[in-house]
Formats: sequence, structure tokens, C-alpha cells
Amino acid sequence: MATLDRPVVKPRPVYLNLLAIRQPIPAIVSILHRISGLLLFLVGIPVLLWGVERSLASPETFAQWKAAVAHPFAKLVLLGLAWAYIHHLLAGLRHLVMDLHIGLDLPAARRSAAITLVLGLLLTLIVAVRLW
Amino acid sequence: MTDPVVHAGSAHYGWRDWLSQRVTAVIMLLYTLLILGVVLWNGGLDREVWKSLFASGAFRLASFLFMLSLLFHAWVGVRNIAMDYIKPTAIRLTIQVVVICVLIAYAGWTIQILWGGN
Repeated sequence: MATLDRPVVKPRPVYLNLLAIRQPIPAIVSILHRISGLLLFLVGIPVLLWGVERSLASPETFAQWKAAVAHPFAKLVLLGLAWAYIHHLLAGLRHLVMDLHIGLDLPAARRSAAITLVLGLLLTLIVAVRLW
Repeated sequence: MTDPVVHAGSAHYGWRDWLSQRVTAVIMLLYTLLILGVVLWNGGLDREVWKSLFASGAFRLASFLFMLSLLFHAWVGVRNIAMDYIKPTAIRLTIQVVVICVLIAYAGWTIQILWGGN
């Protein structure tokens, strides 16, 4: 049995490369829940506190704040934060509904994930229209 | 009471985190709806409406409750992310300490804004 004296070791594909796998919609909504949450912590909270402080301190700082957020780049940042807040809120609502054992089967879970993603983008679009 | 032998090795904060993330989320949801309602009711927010809103003690308390919920919610979330992706213990703990300090500083800033005599 000369042909079998060496064990056949073929490199098996270990498919854990998350960027190579096509992610199902619930997975996309889930990772965006994390990313949006981190974004809200890193950028959202300081921007919120700074904005509230400036807008309340005096008429002058209020005017400065209004001028600052009128800048196109600032609007882009605010729009990004608006998406993060809206998506995070909707994805959280989806969790709360699923905690009540509603929509747990796969087709329903996929549908609610798609609704979360699309509704988040639509509401962000409304914010964009209001901003510009 | 839970049996300590059965649960040996568990830090026990899993279900508590689960609950607190939801309680703080609902508080923030209600506050968000309140703000949305105020904005829609007034057809936008000018400085007069904005100022008068924060002149109310009840609204300031509600805002404080929102911010505390937000900061605690952020702590649980960021800690979960750190535990998932940052394996070296020293780096992870350092980041967690920095996050705690930042969140406490934010709480102080919030108090300054709300009751700093604007």
C-alpha cells in the first residue's frame, strides 16, 4: 500500500472571515447596532453636551452654535449621528419586541431586520431634508 | 436564591446588564418621544422655546434622568464591545478605566449645564 503511507492532509477552508461571508440581514442590523452605539458614545455624547451647553449659555453662544452646525461638514456629522441614533433606537425596539417572544422565527426575524434597516435610512432621509 | 455552587465561575452580571440595558433604553425612548413631541408641537425650536424648556425644573430632572440612562447604557455597551474584541487584559482594563472616567466627567458636565445657573 505504497500510496497510503502518507496521511492525506488537505488544507480545509476555515470560513470565519466575516468579510468573506455574505451576511444575512439580521447580522448586518446587529453589527450596525454595535457600530452605531460605539459612534454615539465616541462622538454623539460630547456633541450633544457641547450643543446643549452652547445653545443655552447666551444668545451669542447660541448664534455661534447655529453658525457652526450650519457648516456642510457639521451637517454631515449631525446626519451621521442622526442615523446612528435612529438605527440604534429601532434595532433596540426590535430587541424589546423579540424579548416578548414576538417574531422569533426566521422569516419574521429577517423581515423585522429589513424593516429596521430601511426605516432607519428613511427616517435619516427626513432628517437630511430638514437639515438642508 | 441561586445556588452559589451551581453558578461558580459566573460573574452574575449577565442578566442584570440585560435588564438595565432595557430599562435605560425605555427611559431614553420616552425622553426622545417627549423631545420629538415638543419640537412638532412648536413647529421647530427657537431659542425662546429652548430656554423656557430648560427653565422648568421637571424638564431638567427628566433630562438628567435621560443622561444618566445614556451614560450607564453606554458603559454596559462599550464594556461588552471591549470584552468581545480586546483580548489583552491590561489594555482592556485600561480602556475600561478611561471609559469610566470619561462617563463620570460627562455626568459632571451634565450637572453643570442643567444646574450651573444659565
